[in-house]
Amino acid sequence: MLRVNGLTKQFGGLTALCGVGFVAQPGQILALIGPNGAGKTTVFNLITGVLQADQGEILLANKRIDGLRTFEVAALGISRTFQHLELFTTLSVAENVMVGAWPRNRASFLRCLFRRPGMMKKDQELYNKALGLLAQVGLKGKADWPAKSLTFGQQRLLEIARALAGEPQVLLLDEPAAGLNHAESADLAAFLRSLAERGLTLILVEHDMDTVMGVADQIVVLNFGTVIAGGSPSEVQQDPEVIAAYLGKEDDEVC
Amino acid sequence: MGAEGQHIQYLISGITLGSIYALIALALVVTFNITGIFNLAIGEFVTIGTLSAVTLRSAGCPDVPAFVLAVLIAGVIAATMERAAIYPARKASILTLIIITIGVAIALRGAALLIWGTHPYPLPPFVDTAPIALWGAVIIPQMLFVLGLAVVAVMLLFAFFDLTYAGKAVRAAMINRNAARLVGINPARLSLLAFVFSGMLAALAGIFIAPITTATYDMGFMLGLKGFVAAILGGVTNVKGAIVGGLLLGIIEAFAIGMLSSGMKDGIAMMVMIIVLLICPTGIMGLRIYNKRTGSWMVWLRQKVGTGSR
Amino acid sequence: MASAKSRYWIALILVVVCVPLFVKSNYVLSILIVIGLYAIIVQGLGLLMGYAGQVSFGQAAFYGLGAYTAAILATKCDWPPVLCVLVAPFLPALVALIIGRPILRLREHYLVLATLGFGILAFAAFNESIALTGGPSGLTGIPYLSIGPLVLDNDRSYYYVVWGVLGLVILAVANLTGSPIGRAFKAIHASEQAAQSAGIDTALLKLQAFVFSAFLAGLAGGLYAFWVTFVGPSPFGFTASIEFVLMAVVGGLGTLWGPVLGSAIIVGLAEFLRWGVPILLPKVGGEFEIVFFGIIFVLIMLLRPQGILAPGRPSGMSGVAVKEEKCSG
Repeated sequence: MLRVNGLTKQFGGLTALCGVGFVAQPGQILALIGPNGAGKTTVFNLITGVLQADQGEILLANKRIDGLRTFEVAALGISRTFQHLELFTTLSVAENVMVGAWPRNRASFLRCLFRRPGMMKKDQELYNKALGLLAQVGLKGKADWPAKSLTFGQQRLLEIARALAGEPQVLLLDEPAAGLNHAESADLAAFLRSLAERGLTLILVEHDMDTVMGVADQIVVLNFGTVIAGGSPSEVQQDPEVIAAYLGKEDDEVC
Repeated sequence: MGAEGQHIQYLISGITLGSIYALIALALVVTFNITGIFNLAIGEFVTIGTLSAVTLRSAGCPDVPAFVLAVLIAGVIAATMERAAIYPARKASILTLIIITIGVAIALRGAALLIWGTHPYPLPPFVDTAPIALWGAVIIPQMLFVLGLAVVAVMLLFAFFDLTYAGKAVRAAMINRNAARLVGINPARLSLLAFVFSGMLAALAGIFIAPITTATYDMGFMLGLKGFVAAILGGVTNVKGAIVGGLLLGIIEAFAIGMLSSGMKDGIAMMVMIIVLLICPTGIMGLRIYNKRTGSWMVWLRQKVGTGSR
Repeated sequence: MASAKSRYWIALILVVVCVPLFVKSNYVLSILIVIGLYAIIVQGLGLLMGYAGQVSFGQAAFYGLGAYTAAILATKCDWPPVLCVLVAPFLPALVALIIGRPILRLREHYLVLATLGFGILAFAAFNESIALTGGPSGLTGIPYLSIGPLVLDNDRSYYYVVWGVLGLVILAVANLTGSPIGRAFKAIHASEQAAQSAGIDTALLKLQAFVFSAFLAGLAGGLYAFWVTFVGPSPFGFTASIEFVLMAVVGGLGTLWGPVLGSAIIVGLAEFLRWGVPILLPKVGGEFEIVFFGIIFVLIMLLRPQGILAPGRPSGMSGVAVKEEKCSG
């Protein structure tokens, strides 16, 4: 369970987030939605320790994780994908996933230097595990391709596979459906559902309302850094404030 | 000479050398703000300018035309460097560009060595007047020329930035490089001009300081590096900071040499640089009270250093 | 597949072993020793630049630190030479460990200047700590390296020592780059942010690469001290640091053999110029060969920034900064 309480973050004089709070339960998909600049990605950056909150707390299984550094947060079982793809472009598809498994398969510099027996065997197992994950996301047979040779949609899937390789409790997905066609989005939604059924906590930032409404158990709506509504998809859809915030808005978030 | 007189002596020589550091730092900072490139070859322009002046004088050229010509030679070489080595690689990574400027630096130093050899050349003082005694300290008249150059150069630069349209446009471009295009400045031409300006200013600084030190093929190396230290001390994006940083470094060095050991002269400047880089990479002018929660400082540092440089 | 690989290794080892049988000139042997020493340093620097995406313009300081440590232990503490060589790399490694964290937090220009400043500072310290290092006149009276009754007082035997050590270093670097750590390094290089989000302590890994590069430089320094039996400050100056970076870049970053090739090219070129240029320009003195190194530097960076051995697309340090550019834009 991931709980966020009263998160506040200012950039210079600009308040990006103000008292944002929500609870994400295992086995559920929580969607963070809101217009451009509402602070959705900032929430992810605060949870993962890329940024530090000015106020508020973040708890994973009732233990505070705010103040930890990014790699420590990841080691505790929170993985993420990026809105702007951040693949390891110089590595192969499988290698990307293998790096993602780092939190459970940390390597030591000295052991690698002297190539301790058993190390490469373990790495082979890791490779096989990566193949399994790639098959799950639909990238079967592409394991040894360079990551950059994948299509945009496939790269998004690879990011998810990489995030899953760390065997996280919580998975943060930043616009996973962006750039996917309709069929791919539907496949993705089904896949995310199956992940939730396995007990993962999923939080996604998404623009594609069809995907969000179809897949989310709980929706948190942000506008100008504050939570303006929350609840089930049907509740949120009828909320007058949400409708006002979204009126006439239909473009992609700018960098 | 009493202790007090000695301290004044340190202060005076510190300010003299510091003015030179400040001028070189100024050249660096202006180029850096316009192009995003730290010109690590800046010291070689000091060398080339000075040694060209020496050669021109010994060929019978009167002082002032020799100096002007020498500065122009440095400008031409700077222009060549920008066009041949920097401009074609302008889209490359920053480290590639840094290595290029280092490559240019050692190529120019090697060329200076081939042309002028390893032995030092004297450059006589601009005027042949006896040293002036002041509060127990001795002022060599050339020092006044150095100070005068620094003051005039800084005033001209500020006048250019504040009073002329072109200056204001350049200043806008320094703050936001994309803005240059908006006000009709061709960034490629601006980059060229920045390099030429910095090369010429560095040459001028060398010609003024050479009568006090001497002129050798490697004189620019340390002067250039100290210009960097001064620029970092003042915060690399800050024109006023470069001047303050230069003077401060000169004074720190003069006192350290006087009171500790002359052998560590270069070491002291490097130590100053490393300390500033590690503790406050935005320099003394960038010092700000920062009372955010633990860890914020690192993020802040990362934002200030590196990412903002291009 | 394994046998093809081992055959390739055996062939290489045979070549290295047989070279002294055909090379009778001590001059050529000494050049080969220098290439071997530099290749050890550049292997470390190559790992730092090509894999960890960092740069150091202060490697000569670690090289010197290793040489002085070995020399001081041998002359002032009368330690057995082999022990000195083995212990010497640990001091530069320790220094790298101490300065590494804060220095590696810096980037680009700042990292270049900080490492460069460290190198100059160390060079000034070598010159000034006269009681310890002998200052500009250096330390003399270093014994030859001896293993039991075997005294390595000639270039032929020393060649085997240096290239033997280089072989072990290459093996270690191959182990490293082919391992999960090597993959993690490449990941950091491609996207530091994503690597951190994958749970990699990127600062720690960069530090490890830095310390390792300092260790290798120190190892070469110790070997150098017992080869020339004299240690003065001059080989450990700023020019040497630049040459090491040049060797790493020329050979090709992120490749196993780039450092050896780069060292051979630069050392060979320097020797050629020292022989050739005075014939054309008899009055010339000093390190004039740097003019050509400078031009090579610029040309390589303009035409083939990834070096000779690396494949088509620029890798190495270039990748990192290009990435950053994208992010800040």
